[in-house]
Amino acid sequence: MIDSLAVIWSIGRKDLLLELRNKDVVVAVAGFALLIMVIFTFSLNLSQDSARLIGPGVLWSAVAFAGVTGLNRAFSLEVEGNTLEALMLAPISRDLIFLGKALGNFLFITVALAVVLPVFAVLFNLVIFRWEMLAISLLTTVGFSAVGTLFAAMSVRVRAREVMLPLLFLPVVTPLIMAAVESTSHMVNGRSWSDMSEWLQLAVAFDVVFLVVSAFVFQHILED
Amino acid sequence: MVSTVIQPVVEARKVVKNFGETAVLRGLELALPPGEVTVLLGPNGAGKSTLLRILAMLTQADSGSVSIHGVDLAQKGPTARGLTGSVLHSPMLYADMTVRENLIFFAGLYRLRDIDDLIASNAVRVGIESNLDDRVRTLSHGFQKRVALARALMHEPRLLLLDEPESGLDSHSVSRLDNVIDEYRHADRTVVMTTHIVEHGLEIADRAVVLSGGVVGLESSSPAGDSTSILAAYSEPHEQRSPQGSAL
Repeated sequence: MIDSLAVIWSIGRKDLLLELRNKDVVVAVAGFALLIMVIFTFSLNLSQDSARLIGPGVLWSAVAFAGVTGLNRAFSLEVEGNTLEALMLAPISRDLIFLGKALGNFLFITVALAVVLPVFAVLFNLVIFRWEMLAISLLTTVGFSAVGTLFAAMSVRVRAREVMLPLLFLPVVTPLIMAAVESTSHMVNGRSWSDMSEWLQLAVAFDVVFLVVSAFVFQHILED
Repeated sequence: MVSTVIQPVVEARKVVKNFGETAVLRGLELALPPGEVTVLLGPNGAGKSTLLRILAMLTQADSGSVSIHGVDLAQKGPTARGLTGSVLHSPMLYADMTVRENLIFFAGLYRLRDIDDLIASNAVRVGIESNLDDRVRTLSHGFQKRVALARALMHEPRLLLLDEPESGLDSHSVSRLDNVIDEYRHADRTVVMTTHIVEHGLEIADRAVVLSGGVVGLESSSPAGDSTSILAAYSEPHEQRSPQGSAL
């Protein structure tokens, strides 16, 4: 168990190290998300009420669309250098490769969110630095990473991968985006944990199901 | 009378591999004994690299079975992968990491201990000790191949798979590679390699296997002595042969 965790951490840490050197993924995700939010802010005449109403939707849609860009890049780096095959040569089960890559993506999106959330709070004038927001962000990022890593692996060898990934990814994460938007909406409207518990439970269920299913399916994708 | 049965290191039975409509391996049968250097020969498209990729578990046979040291690849992939070290066409390294960082990362995946000592000794073995802190991107293809070789050797695999290892190497590097192969032979470990430099392959090999049309066209345990027939089989036009007619 400890060995497996060490392998997962090793792959995730390697991705983080490469990202610190290249800054490909975080800049793409954060930059794209910020751009979407700024465009919405300028195109809508936001009052405090309308910000509460549409802000959560803008935030998580921006993160989802921007996430696609980053997820594409994160996996294509492994294929360009044939390093995915080097991972496959190691005496580890394929699901550890999946979990390691998903951990890397989780870290990228988390760093991007750390940039995006303060800007969101300023642009929409909403108080979001609360424990609820931490829980919502973590659950949503786990789900995005699990599904995104799987579909990035599936589409990476496809010629039109830039088109393929969003077509696969966005419909599947729709329940998770809904859960994130509704939970955030409850939070910015001053509701309690119990009001958002159903949506948080949906996010937890989504994460568990897709972590398990994606790890299983990933093994078969790698084989050929 | 007591007979000793030597278990083959590599045992392939009726291995079939197709890529779409193209049949690459057509019921290949192969058994390689331990402690030998085997060179796989054959023209382009004969199935050499595909066979190596199956042995390295980067792809699976469509049918048939393959085992390494008695470990079935389909059943116990991770265990079998721990027995092999592979250097394939591409060096498969992270270009923006240093040589040392690459080796530390892969040593972690192989769950190795005393990583610093392992890196130091293998760097000397392949001649990259002065490049350990260079980023891979800055190295020539030949040096990148040496790093790939160091990575493949770090866990002291019992079976070393080399796919055209001399491509891109200068004569000094080829000589180092030959030393590593020789070291392996004397340690009673096994090397399976492909090459297009047939003369060099026959010089260093204990066994030559010529693939033709996706099956073993010819096998010789005395490659230097059988060089004429091996070269003739190597030059034959691409055709399917039955596995039954493969022995020399």
